[in-house]
Amino acid sequence: MSQSLPRRDFVKAAALGGLVIAITGTGCRRVSEEARGPSAPAGEPFEPVVYVRLDPSGAVTIVCPRSEMGQGIRTTLAMIVADEMEADWKDVTIVQAPGDEKKYGSQNTDGSTSIRDFLPKYREAGATVRALLEAAAAKQWNVPVAEVEAQNGQVVHAASKRSIAFGALVATATTLPIPAAATLTLKQPSQFRYIGKAMPSLDLRAMTTGQAMFGQDLRRDGMLVAVVARPLVYGGKVATLDSSETEKVPGVVRVVKLPEAAPPSAFMPVGGVAVVAQNTWAAMQGRKKLKITWTDGPNATYDSEQYRAQLEQAVRKPGKVVRSQGKATRALAASATRVSADYYLPHLAHAPMEPPAALAVFENGRCDTWSCTQNPNADRQTVAQALGIPLENVTAHVTLLGGGFGRKSKPDYAVEAALLAREMSAPVKVVWTREDDIQHDFFHTVAAEHLEGGLDGSGRVAAWLQRSALPSIGALFAPGVLYQGEFEVGMGMTDFPYAVANLQEEMGPAPAHARIGWYRSVVNIPHAFAIGSFIDELAHAAGKDPREFLLALLGPDRIVDMSAAGLTGKPWNYDATFENHPLDTGRLRRVVELATTEAGWGQPLPAGRGRGLAVHRSFLSYVAMVIEVDVKPDGSLLIPRVDVAADGGFIANPDRVNAQFEGATIMGLSNAMYGEVTFRAGRPVQSNFGDYRVVRMNVAPRDIRVHLVSSDAQPGGIGEPGVPTVAPALGNAIFAATGRRIRSLPVGDQLTKPEDKAPVKALGA
Amino acid sequence: MQLFINGERRTFEGDAAMPLLWYLRDELGLTGTKFGCGIGACGACTVHLDGTAVRSCSTPMQVLDGKHVVTIEGLDKEGNHPVQIAWRAANVPQCGYCQSGQIMQAVALLKTTPHPTDDEIDTAMQGNICRCGTYQRIRSAIHAAAQGGA
Repeated sequence: MSQSLPRRDFVKAAALGGLVIAITGTGCRRVSEEARGPSAPAGEPFEPVVYVRLDPSGAVTIVCPRSEMGQGIRTTLAMIVADEMEADWKDVTIVQAPGDEKKYGSQNTDGSTSIRDFLPKYREAGATVRALLEAAAAKQWNVPVAEVEAQNGQVVHAASKRSIAFGALVATATTLPIPAAATLTLKQPSQFRYIGKAMPSLDLRAMTTGQAMFGQDLRRDGMLVAVVARPLVYGGKVATLDSSETEKVPGVVRVVKLPEAAPPSAFMPVGGVAVVAQNTWAAMQGRKKLKITWTDGPNATYDSEQYRAQLEQAVRKPGKVVRSQGKATRALAASATRVSADYYLPHLAHAPMEPPAALAVFENGRCDTWSCTQNPNADRQTVAQALGIPLENVTAHVTLLGGGFGRKSKPDYAVEAALLAREMSAPVKVVWTREDDIQHDFFHTVAAEHLEGGLDGSGRVAAWLQRSALPSIGALFAPGVLYQGEFEVGMGMTDFPYAVANLQEEMGPAPAHARIGWYRSVVNIPHAFAIGSFIDELAHAAGKDPREFLLALLGPDRIVDMSAAGLTGKPWNYDATFENHPLDTGRLRRVVELATTEAGWGQPLPAGRGRGLAVHRSFLSYVAMVIEVDVKPDGSLLIPRVDVAADGGFIANPDRVNAQFEGATIMGLSNAMYGEVTFRAGRPVQSNFGDYRVVRMNVAPRDIRVHLVSSDAQPGGIGEPGVPTVAPALGNAIFAATGRRIRSLPVGDQLTKPEDKAPVKALGA
Repeated sequence: MQLFINGERRTFEGDAAMPLLWYLRDELGLTGTKFGCGIGACGACTVHLDGTAVRSCSTPMQVLDGKHVVTIEGLDKEGNHPVQIAWRAANVPQCGYCQSGQIMQAVALLKTTPHPTDDEIDTAMQGNICRCGTYQRIRSAIHAAAQGGA
């Protein structure tokens, strides 16, 4: 069960005799030292990012500052602390931190950063507690500290065969100085008790008994429930409103017009009309009876078919150069074989199983929100901004999230709840329906990618041109944004790792006509699809096995020097340094070899079956995937097996890492096979799982095998890197099985219809 | 009208057109039954109606007079139904949101088909969406529960 625990309670616990450890940017401290504030060492900010509390009862409480949305972060952070402190797992509970960036650092749970950011800090926290407890036991027994050892919830003195429970050491431990970080000994991997082991998730019982509390489940005495009719066109406004029929619906309390935010609206809600009622059903019935006319504004012309043509035009002519090495144009012209292809990927909706929801209470100038948020810092800031109250007067509590995938980093729904709570002088829960969720998403972008490649006489890639056009996430925050940011072209495009002497990468203009947001693995999806498919196309044009061709294209194992790679802007490395996280082609090679070996690459398959391969580095992790398809004569598609090889560096919780790659495979297949939101007259056409299809049990691969590369490299991301390889591996498998090339996503019913002749194909001989 | 929720007799006098889902969640506080789509397309709201799996979002109160409804909270007093145990052994849930519905659907399947084949699992479970993609573990947990005689 998710609960927020204000620091106050921890301090109180300390006063009652609990041992409370906070980790700061400069090391561990006892919380009581924080209270002294200014007397702390001069110039050192107190910025604790984690608390560990040990009570005299032996109970260990660990604060989780990041949101739990299925990745298992609550369990994994607890494993890390408990392991280093030698806690008994049965004594461990975790509490969810409210949004407080000053105290916890960024709590934005996206970008696959939680273990990257917190592994060293949480290990240090656990080791600090262990050292304190060992020192306390040594003191109580009056023996050298070197003779005692913490073991699974107690400290043991082997020489005298004595042991003492952690809880019984709290009183002494609280009197001892906190050891300096440099004096701590972290465990060796062979000593790990929980890290690297399969641990049951801490939320498992709650999740299998209906007790887990999500944003949609929030309840409070006197609570009203609201649903909102929002403008379907981005930037639309209410022109006329007649709510007379709504007000007659039993249970409807009030109809409230919400303020509109003109594009670019960032995280602010888009406005519309809220129906506030005694219960959810009445609110929904009331909303159906609203009579609203809208002023649509300029985005009413947004039409996906026309926009696709516009994007495809944009990538067929030279664009802004983002990376250039050698002389690609000349080398292409001189190539023995020249191949070209255009790829298209439509908008996607996140569609987490739990549609967004938030509860707010506004009292005495203060606002508390509770929501299924990935980013409580943003909830807090945006609510404070919308209400015009100081940040300190907002507390953003975090529930469990029924999926997030990037959608729930944007706190528009919490702001709606806060505005309505103030308006109604009552607690208000805003419930989004599935239709609201799909039609008012921060959509995954829509992309056109144009690729050209030149092969020399021996079938090696001598020249490569990529042009990419897609509306940028930047358009959510600033007017007039037409081009991808460095972080966007840097997701799979300008970090092109292959050994090609003549390389040119360009981007075309693409205005946004809807809210564009980040979606699990972000623009790695279009870039990896285009590049991963095109490598396969080139392999076939060269008459080579795709695996051998791919390995040759990677070239010798090396660290790619991104500072000398011909980028016109800064390289993007997911907020990490290249020193800590180099672009290592050897790791790409190894995952390709692992995935293909495990998948039985090259072994014959029956007719209609084929295997496809793709590899991609994203979020600092390396993933290769082999997908096996079985295409029936009627064009229906089964996926008997998927092999995923992943090198994400140090792995703390392998079972949840496996689960993330299993899940990323399914989500990637939903994207590739069905995912498409189209716009007509500025409005999203799809609205629920009937027309926004996702992979179900009967379509899901029956055999997904995840092969983890064991590594002591610094941890990379895990939640997202499994997604980008799926679409190209699937398309390549379909080609292997049928000879048909998928250049436009989703696959949809393409295989059940006669083949559209490819618009562009091999040009030269 | 009267009906039985997890064995307890209840009287309902509200809007007969209201789906059972909102009665469970808003009036009884039984929030283990989830709202996912509202159109019977995702299975997150699955409960048992006289032993059969139904979508509570698409079941109006008016058809429930005298009926017995079991929700995830009422599946087993201790939360230890063999299917729940199998789910935990396979560490099935990721976010957990769809899992009440998945478990209720799986229990109903095993009642009629104690040892389902993979194809029978596909047929029974395809109405229950999991966006986290836990299908492989759901399948293995159903087989494990069947082995254990759920």
